[in-house]
Amino acid sequence: MSAENGVSRRAALVKLGMFLNGIVGVLLAVPVVRYLISPVTRQKKFGYESWLSLGTLEQFPAGQTRLATYRNPLVNDWDGETGNIACWVRRVDDQTFQVFAINCAHLGCPVRWFPQSSLFMCPCHGGAYYQDGSRASGPPERGLFQYRYKIEDGKLLIKAGEMPTPGQPVANKTGAKKTCA
Amino acid sequence: MRLIQKLGEWFDLRLQLGTPIRETAEHRVPRETASWFYVFGSAALTCFMLQVVTGILLALIYVPSAGEAWNSLQTLNHGVSLGWFIRALHGWGSNFMVAIVLIHMVQVFLFGAYKFPRELTWIVGVLLLLVTLGMAFTGQVLRFDQDAYWGLGIGASIASRVPVIGPWTVNLMLGGPIIAGTTLSRFFALHVFVVPGLLISFVGVHLLMVLKLGINEWPMPGRIVRRTTYMQEYHELTHKEGIPFVPEAVWKDIFFSGFILLAIVVCAIHFGPFGPSGQPDPTIIQTAPRPDFFFLWLYALLSFLPPAAETPILLIGPAIGIIVLLALPFVAGEGEKSWKRRPIAVLTILLVAVSLGTLTHLAEHTPWSPVMDAWSSEPIPAEFLKGRTALERHGALVFQAKQCHNCHSLDNQGGQRGPALDNVAIHLTEDQLIRQVIQGGGNMPAYGKNLSPAETTALVAFLETLHPANQKPARNASQAIALDASEVPSR
Repeated sequence: MSAENGVSRRAALVKLGMFLNGIVGVLLAVPVVRYLISPVTRQKKFGYESWLSLGTLEQFPAGQTRLATYRNPLVNDWDGETGNIACWVRRVDDQTFQVFAINCAHLGCPVRWFPQSSLFMCPCHGGAYYQDGSRASGPPERGLFQYRYKIEDGKLLIKAGEMPTPGQPVANKTGAKKTCA
Repeated sequence: MRLIQKLGEWFDLRLQLGTPIRETAEHRVPRETASWFYVFGSAALTCFMLQVVTGILLALIYVPSAGEAWNSLQTLNHGVSLGWFIRALHGWGSNFMVAIVLIHMVQVFLFGAYKFPRELTWIVGVLLLLVTLGMAFTGQVLRFDQDAYWGLGIGASIASRVPVIGPWTVNLMLGGPIIAGTTLSRFFALHVFVVPGLLISFVGVHLLMVLKLGINEWPMPGRIVRRTTYMQEYHELTHKEGIPFVPEAVWKDIFFSGFILLAIVVCAIHFGPFGPSGQPDPTIIQTAPRPDFFFLWLYALLSFLPPAAETPILLIGPAIGIIVLLALPFVAGEGEKSWKRRPIAVLTILLVAVSLGTLTHLAEHTPWSPVMDAWSSEPIPAEFLKGRTALERHGALVFQAKQCHNCHSLDNQGGQRGPALDNVAIHLTEDQLIRQVIQGGGNMPAYGKNLSPAETTALVAFLETLHPANQKPARNASQAIALDASEVPSR
């Protein structure tokens, strides 16, 4: 009888021990998961975007489309050149601009501007866009992603900071109107 | 000699591994499996061990930092004695490993090795294929150059299309808002810790099952696998006619592994390391990113899928493929093993091989991409300009200046995105040409806003000259009847 009691008590202790480890496991899992998903929670809490200057308005002659670069607002010291982002600035007239992301709306490759034919062309899968960023041909399902912009003290500012992707285009988030189908 | 024997005995008394190792080595295998068809699994393992060793050697120099990785690769290539050779071994070892894993898979599929009782061995093998491809992709990212940078952009763009959680997936994958230091760090952790850890555990389980269940016997047409009788039949096959694995079968494995290692060394010396290509600077946009060899087929597929179907196919296709592979042993767990009696299996392999081969071949030429500098670097061949009028020659100038040549070839020069225009005049009438240029369509941008009427006239005049000497350009017959014959230009 006593032996049976002893066995059952040990079995209970094993269960208690496993239960204790389970609780510790959960306690450990919470910070680990929060650490792992911090890129998402940070995005949801603060957002990654802020207003950045692309330079003075004189750099962008009316009627032309030019390459501009900026330093991403959120960078680490060791990010090196990857923190520099390019974009295409089209000055329609004195106060009207269009600022396009460099990333093709298909799969993110860098599009190039051809002023002679007024087309953006993508080197990866052959997407092409008109000068206003709308889709001309190829695999993209939509036009180029556009940054929101404003003009302050003679400088062109854009709201940027996150790589635009088909699932999260800048324009949708900032509420700027979509340019194309 | 006696000292070595004494040392061996000293260790064996304590480790007690001698007997199990000897028994494992001498376990009996079916006579016909001592074959050159049964050497790919061990060769894949040999490649993996080479990757582990060369990977550790590279980690002595490599810096997994976005600002420094590219420089450290340059140091490996040029600054460290034989660093280029270690990089070349690792790169070529990777290619050989993927290739041999694929060949191994085809062999076990055609030999029916996935059938009862080796279903789980096959499933772990499928997982091994996935982690091997995972190693190849993450390794390509660690070669942190332009291709790696934009390849990550492609990966992020695909991930972002997952419904609802797409944008979060992108942030998790990149470790932040953009491709930068955190991205490289997490791919380093994946490539060096997580995926190899999985790979080693899967290899362990895979090998254990090969030993416990025995190697798949040579399939004989008509020898049917049945769950009720197979174990008994296999036991007889191995114990009555079987041979010890060491040394009767193993020598072929050893020879083939040695041959593969030698081939990797020869490729490494002859072809050298892969890249790195340009610096991972996203402001340098004069680049045409391309993935490594084993992902070229996917790169090609992405340009051929119709836009509307692309996202569902990209997201559902791989899942279906993996489910089919995993379900295979449960659907066809019994029955005929020999490929001679399984025509659908053979046709499936042929179909997959031809598809992947064709897509890979296409991706090496990227006919879907505009040739970005054709307009400025590939002149129109002289025979297209001889004896032409001033207007037609001006049209040829428009053809170059407006980048038509980037997508359309003349005499096999220029892009292949659009159709070759060598004989366009016999396919389209003058009116159709004007319409096509101005309105575009059929995957061509509309040029109406970018061409003046004079330029359009000149361009179409040039296009009208593009027909064989003995064949007249296409004409609209009804137009000739409706209008006075003299009004229709006779070109």
